[in-house]
Amino acid sequence: MSDATSGGAVPAAGSRRHGSILQLDARTKKRNAKEARFRAYGLGAIIIGLVFLVTLLTAIVSNGVGAFQQTFIEVPVYLDPQKLDKTGNRDAAEMAKVSTFGYTPLIQQGLLDLVDREGIDAPFEKAGDMKALISASAAAKVRDYVLANPDALGETRGFELLASSRVDGYLKGRVTQESVERDRNISAEHLQLADALREIGAIRKGFNSEFIFGADASESRAEQAGIGVAILGSFFMMLVVLAFSLPIGVAASIYLEEFAPKNRLTDLIEVNISNLAAVPSIVFGILGLAVFIEFAHLPQSAPLVGGLVLTLMTLPTIIISTRASLKAVPPSIRDAALGIGASKMQSVFHHVLPLAAPGILTGTIIGLAQALGETAPLLLIGMVGYIATNYPDGISSGFLDPNSAMPAQIYEWAKRADPAYYERAWGGIIILLVFLLTMNIIAIILRRRFERRW
Amino acid sequence: MSLVKLTASTLTIAAVSATAAMARDNVQVAGSSTVLPYASIVAEAFGENFDFPTPVVESGGSSAGLKRFCEGVGENTIDIANASRAIREKEVKACAEAGVSEIIEVRIGYDGIVFASQLDGPEFTAFTPSDWYNALGQKVVVDGALVDNPHAQWSDFNADLPAVEIASFIPGTKHGTREVFEEKVLLQGCEDTGAMEAMISGGMSEDDAEAACMAVRTDGKSVDIDGDYTETLARIDSNPNGVGVFGLAFYENNTDTLKVATMSGVAPSTESIASGEYPVSRPLFFYIKKAHIGVIPGLKEFAEFFVSDEIAGPDGPLANYGLVSDPELGNTQSTVADEHTMGTNM
Repeated sequence: MSDATSGGAVPAAGSRRHGSILQLDARTKKRNAKEARFRAYGLGAIIIGLVFLVTLLTAIVSNGVGAFQQTFIEVPVYLDPQKLDKTGNRDAAEMAKVSTFGYTPLIQQGLLDLVDREGIDAPFEKAGDMKALISASAAAKVRDYVLANPDALGETRGFELLASSRVDGYLKGRVTQESVERDRNISAEHLQLADALREIGAIRKGFNSEFIFGADASESRAEQAGIGVAILGSFFMMLVVLAFSLPIGVAASIYLEEFAPKNRLTDLIEVNISNLAAVPSIVFGILGLAVFIEFAHLPQSAPLVGGLVLTLMTLPTIIISTRASLKAVPPSIRDAALGIGASKMQSVFHHVLPLAAPGILTGTIIGLAQALGETAPLLLIGMVGYIATNYPDGISSGFLDPNSAMPAQIYEWAKRADPAYYERAWGGIIILLVFLLTMNIIAIILRRRFERRW
Repeated sequence: MSLVKLTASTLTIAAVSATAAMARDNVQVAGSSTVLPYASIVAEAFGENFDFPTPVVESGGSSAGLKRFCEGVGENTIDIANASRAIREKEVKACAEAGVSEIIEVRIGYDGIVFASQLDGPEFTAFTPSDWYNALGQKVVVDGALVDNPHAQWSDFNADLPAVEIASFIPGTKHGTREVFEEKVLLQGCEDTGAMEAMISGGMSEDDAEAACMAVRTDGKSVDIDGDYTETLARIDSNPNGVGVFGLAFYENNTDTLKVATMSGVAPSTESIASGEYPVSRPLFFYIKKAHIGVIPGLKEFAEFFVSDEIAGPDGPLANYGLVSDPELGNTQSTVADEHTMGTNM
């Protein structure tokens, strides 16, 4: 800057020689070099940013893609009526008394029989030795099947069960025969048996729909955990956020922008709304805990409360973007409407609001996307932890039953001991990013298609 | 102001209208992050085998859980607090003041605390409490005199340990694990090295000396980890010389990256902890609010299921995950069945 002005302003002093315009003098060269350097810096900044982005995406995809695959194990199980229905009269209530612990030995025996039948050479003789291969969730699956189909008792049925997380990790290359040397849960012999079972087709790797649609699982069965119920939790929270923050936010901004007198009070409110947008989200969490749970006695861990807390967080974002898009509508539109006799309200709702709508929707979607990825306030209202609720029965149970949210579920998985959860945390991030990307693309499309510029 | 008022009133109306129609039907549990995996395993099996909804289990630490437990009686308070230590006198009092006077204490088993380092790192294979005190204590005995801890390397005080910088990662003060570490390792080491004697003969009272024994050096050689064991693991991964404190169950799930050291010559395992040979172990508890039994459906069933032989017994899923089964499980079962509260005789 100073070079440019001084260079141009100072006329050639006596000592300075007039050269050709094509021959650059030292000063011009210096200025040009400065500009070139600045461009290089800018380019460098962008390249660094891109490198980070690429590294991040590579890390996410390479770590998380395993979560979308799952190892299954096909076991023929003899459903022993002696054990599963002691009275023998196929009474559902009686049969329900046999807990999952009664089913586990049958499944393990089924697998051991399969190994013997196929003539696989394995140093296992007890049914209990098969525990390391099969997920702990298997018993519940077989039990549910038997309770639903009591006629199957006494027959041998094939079940496609989840393999344990160690076997799953072995097929994905996360676990090796060397690395399990000191593992108490599984031995190298088990992994060799898994190889043999894979050759005869009893163990196979398939798409893991359970991960996308299932519920959380405890630490003893990482292979069963899914993010599906947490997606629903997030969905119900977003419904609450949308239902509250859009009308309140739009009404507040229309009033402030179009009707409110401009005085100190409204100025103060404006400044405070801008400040609210910058308040750390955990503050809203603690506010939600105090107001919604301790004062209003709403249930803990419920998406309704989560949604209300996120509403508080999203409101300023929506108000600010709505006001910006209302401001962008030229005053001539309002003047024209008022000039032909429309009331103030008619001018706003018939003319200004429709023209501002694309901007408002874009702001709302961005606000929702921000709320979707928020974890901190949810920590305080009990939406983090082991929350393995089933699918909600209806709308009201969706809002009120305990549930988690996608980012909270990812946070929870990242903390757990079993390395299989680490993979699932990355997988969860992929799903969350897909949702965020979709929302942002919708926002961009809306803006491109409907926004008018004056 | 209109915005604030409008928002507040709308939200309150929504809140109040929503409360009117519901009562909580799931059990809510919070507390120790050490007990969390066990509680979630039980909650999962409970949901599978009973018609009650799966209980919700949150973590946050023993003290935080007991604090929420003691907030009062009612549906918006938790039913069960998990703790990796026994409830304190002070907390019982706080509970009683808030109306939670009847508490059932349930001991589910024992957990061992292990000292582990990188699998390929230096040879940390055997420790004694004295080693840890010499490494971490604020004042240690060197050549018969009590001085500010001068040790920079493990080999400075024990030639059998590797000659690498001291870098230890111990649980932060909000963890129940820290208390066990202080009492069973630091205090023991303080007595064994003679530092305690030196403090008392230097004019300290016994209580002050005990407190001084548990003080950890603050020059960065020891790092408090306030998060979970995953964080400790990450620290050890990035520091080959680091030694961390883990729960036995966590270690057993990560044997491919960690190697464990013996304590006073005993290797940690469920067997050595159950027999009491391994010195650094602690009981795990959960506390039930008796006033909620009969109000929250499934609460008593959940508690009974938790301590049943098939869950908490030596061959159950909890023992499989790393819990050391309580030899007196039968007594615990009858405590729950009879709803014996604390302070009353069995």
